Amino acid sequence: MSEMKVLYFAWLRNKTGTGSETIHPPAEISSLGGLVDWLKTRSPGHAEALADLSMVSFAVNQEYAEVEDPVKPGDEIALFPPVTGG
Amino acid sequence: MIRVQREDFDPAEETMALVADDHGIGGVVTFTGLVRDIADIGGDEDARINGMTLEHYPGMTETMLARIEAEALERWPLSTSLIIHRYGDLAPGDRIVFVLTASAHRQAAYEANMFLVDWLKTKAPFWKREDAETGAHWVKARDSDDEAAARWSASPPKAAE
Repeated sequence: MSEMKVLYFAWLRNKTGTGSETIHPPAEISSLGGLVDWLKTRSPGHAEALADLSMVSFAVNQEYAEVEDPVKPGDEIALFPPVTGG
Repeated sequence: MIRVQREDFDPAEETMALVADDHGIGGVVTFTGLVRDIADIGGDEDARINGMTLEHYPGMTETMLARIEAEALERWPLSTSLIIHRYGDLAPGDRIVFVLTASAHRQAAYEANMFLVDWLKTKAPFWKREDAETGAHWVKARDSDDEAAARWSASPPKAAE
C-alpha cells in the first residue's frame, strides 16, 4: 500500500482542518496534480482549500514542485499559499 | 550562516560578532525587517494590528535559506553573510528578519543584501497571519515582491572589484 505524508500550512491548514495527515492514495496516482484531485475528495474542507490552485504552491520532499511533477510512495507533500516571509 | 528562531536578536551584537575580527571587510550592509502596526490588506489600509504570527515549514525553511545564501556567496565576493528569520508570535515593532552582508567593497555588500531579502521574501516558506482590529487574516503575497525577486534572475550582476 502506498503511503504518503501531506502537510498543510497557513489557510490551507485552517480550511482542511489538519496540519499533517498520512494518506493511502490509489496506486495509479503518479503525479502531484492527480494527487491533489484525489485530496479534494477527502472532505468539503479539502475541496474548498484546493478549489483554486492558482492560490496554492506545492513542495515534494521539501522542494518546490508543479502539478505535472511525479509523486511516489514515501514522499512528503506540502501544500501552502504563496509565501509571505521577510 | 542562517538561523531560524523564535527568539529576538540584537543587530549590533550580531554585526560586531561577525565583522570585528576581519579587517579585510571594507563595508557591511545590514537589513532589519520589523513588524508594522498597519494591516497588510488591500482597501483597508488603516486597520491596526495587535500582533502577528509567523508560521514556517521546518526543514524546508532551513534548506531554502541555506540555498539562497549559497547563491549570494557564489554571485558576489562576500567576506561573510548572515540570515536570521524569526517565527512565532510577534508584536508591532518587533524584529522579524535580519540580513547581513559584508565585503571588501560596498557594491557587493549592497547588491547581495537586496538579493537575499528579495529572494527570501518569495522563496522561503514563511506565512504571516495578522491579528488586526478588523479580525485575523493571512497576509497575501505581493506581486511587487515577485517582480523585485525576478530582476535578479535575468543576468547576475557583477560586483565591482
